[in-house]
Amino acid sequence: MRVLVVEDDRETANFLQKALKESGHAADLAEDGEAGLALAEEGVHDVLIVDRMLPRLDGLSMIKELRGRGVRTPVLILSALGEVDDRVKGLRAGGDDYLTKPYAYSELLARVESLARRAVPEEQETRYVVDGLVLDRLSHRVTRDGEQIQLQPREYRLLEYLMKNAGQVVTRTMLLEHVWDYHFDPQTNVIDVHVSRLRAKIDKNFDKPLLHTVRGAGYTIRDGPG
Amino acid sequence: MVPANRLRRVVSTTAFRAAAVAVAVYLVCAGVVVGLLLWQTNRVLTDQVLGTLGAEADLLRAEAQTGGRSALVRAVEARSRAGGPGLYYLADSVGVKLAGNLSRMPSELASGATGGVFRYTAGQPAGAEPRLAVAIPVDLGADMRLIVGRDVDDQRRFAGEMGTVYLLGLVFLSLTGLLAGWVISRVVLKRIETINLTTRSIMQGDLSQRIAITGVGDELDGLAANLNAMLDRIEALMSGLREVSDNIAHDLKTPLTRLRNAAEAALMDPRGAQACREGLEHTIENADGLIKTFNALLLVARLEAGVLEENTETFDVARLVRDVAELYEPVAEERGLELDLDVAPDAQVTGNRQLIGQAVANLIDNAIKYSAKAAEKATASAPTRIGIGVGLHPDEIEIAVSDRGPGVAAEDRERVLKRFVRLEKSRTEPGTGLGLSLVQAVARLHGGKVRLEDNAPGLRVVLTLPRRMADA
Repeated sequence: MRVLVVEDDRETANFLQKALKESGHAADLAEDGEAGLALAEEGVHDVLIVDRMLPRLDGLSMIKELRGRGVRTPVLILSALGEVDDRVKGLRAGGDDYLTKPYAYSELLARVESLARRAVPEEQETRYVVDGLVLDRLSHRVTRDGEQIQLQPREYRLLEYLMKNAGQVVTRTMLLEHVWDYHFDPQTNVIDVHVSRLRAKIDKNFDKPLLHTVRGAGYTIRDGPG
Repeated sequence: MVPANRLRRVVSTTAFRAAAVAVAVYLVCAGVVVGLLLWQTNRVLTDQVLGTLGAEADLLRAEAQTGGRSALVRAVEARSRAGGPGLYYLADSVGVKLAGNLSRMPSELASGATGGVFRYTAGQPAGAEPRLAVAIPVDLGADMRLIVGRDVDDQRRFAGEMGTVYLLGLVFLSLTGLLAGWVISRVVLKRIETINLTTRSIMQGDLSQRIAITGVGDELDGLAANLNAMLDRIEALMSGLREVSDNIAHDLKTPLTRLRNAAEAALMDPRGAQACREGLEHTIENADGLIKTFNALLLVARLEAGVLEENTETFDVARLVRDVAELYEPVAEERGLELDLDVAPDAQVTGNRQLIGQAVANLIDNAIKYSAKAAEKATASAPTRIGIGVGLHPDEIEIAVSDRGPGVAAEDRERVLKRFVRLEKSRTEPGTGLGLSLVQAVARLHGGKVRLEDNAPGLRVVLTLPRRMADA
């Protein structure tokens, strides 16, 4: 995956470049909005990471301009402004996701990977399959090794989101945002309890666990060791 | 203060200037009126004298025509003797006096004038001032010359005195006007000076001072009352700020200290790489805690300062409450608690769904946290309940969350809504101490309120929001 980081703080930019490289991705850097716009227009990147406050051309204007020129590369906005209204403004300008500074790198990586995946034209998948676990989106039935599993509606949506991002890390905040549509901090780790309930239903009576906890990051569903 | 300086200060006050302008306008008006009055008086008096003289001239001319010269001489002599203001002088063609009470022909009328003003002394005590008179010649042909006049000295003197009185009146009025302006501006200046002195000493840091109110109830009192109200608000804000900064010192410094300690301990640990790794993990954990507190603090500050920005929608808050309750339900169950929902079917409110969601989450989170101890004593067959209700009232919607925890004493209820206030002194329980402040800020932002009640035992927190009618 090739990522373009548009960030004027050199230290942050270098950290992101290094960290993304460690995670197996390539990262280009741009120091201001205009340079970012020029590089992004080449269309060679899978995801753009754009800081909101940039010299010469601010992040939101840059994204608007980019969208106006028909570039559809997914954008993750980074900002020190974290209120609900700021998020809405960012998404309205054409951003695809919004992350407030300071952030955990694991959160950023999970979101960038999720965005990159979304960019791949998603054929209307009606079934998600991970090993023997099958989620049928038409009948809302979940089976594992042919055995039906009864899920509550919320558990179903939780599993659906995890399976949609199968093989990738999904953070607690991403789950809260996409499964519950909450953009606030629920204080207690409520998500963990929901996930462990789901795990009890899909993994408990089977030899191979599919729903893994990724320490310090979140969860992932994958066929293989966590 | 130097007198000249004080004079300049008084003169430059608005009150004095207004008084001076009023006096000036009044003086001009009064001057015009007085002038007109004097002019008119003069004219009436002159007309009257001339009319009398004309009538008398006609009478004497008739006498001369009917009775001839001797009859005229008799008539003039009779009139001259009668006393009063009438003045006469009759002479023959060469200028020899025939009759009359004037001693000579007034020079002002000698050369065939149609009339005139002159001074005479005839019939007056010796040494007296010459008196003013008006006279006209009477045409009697070539052989006689007759002057008919009238003493107007008293009249003129009266008019003159009138003028003097008017003038004195004007001077008096302007002086009293200016004096009044002076006094008023001194009084106003003194009161404004008091306000200035008080505000100056407040600016120097003594926020407890207030501006004295005279009780007259005028604009200056209104101004002072408003300034005092403003000072009350500022003082409350300042003391709130002080309290918050004290609490910040504790709530941010403690995790900062822990963070620093963890890093230092890792460096000193002889185990090397493994210890460093643990230390860094610990450091990140502490940093995350700090960020959480910091974000919550910023959010509360922004909500308290702010207005509802875009991103408001009309939505069913009952559904939101059910959803949030569902989010917390597994956590509650894990701790031996049961969420007891009593939620009205449809409760429309207009506002920010995320913020209201966060407020409800904070209430439920608090209730779970504080019920946990009570839950330990309860048996599994009768779990401790947390009541969550949404009630519809004509104008508002009540969201109530009640627990069976330790509750909050009546005298502390006001206080716990403030930032960073946590009742347990140790502050060791997890949480930012901003939960209820945030609920309160969200409520205020939406025009609602937060109220703490006794749940006997436990605490009941009620969040009220203005109700949105379906058609509104």
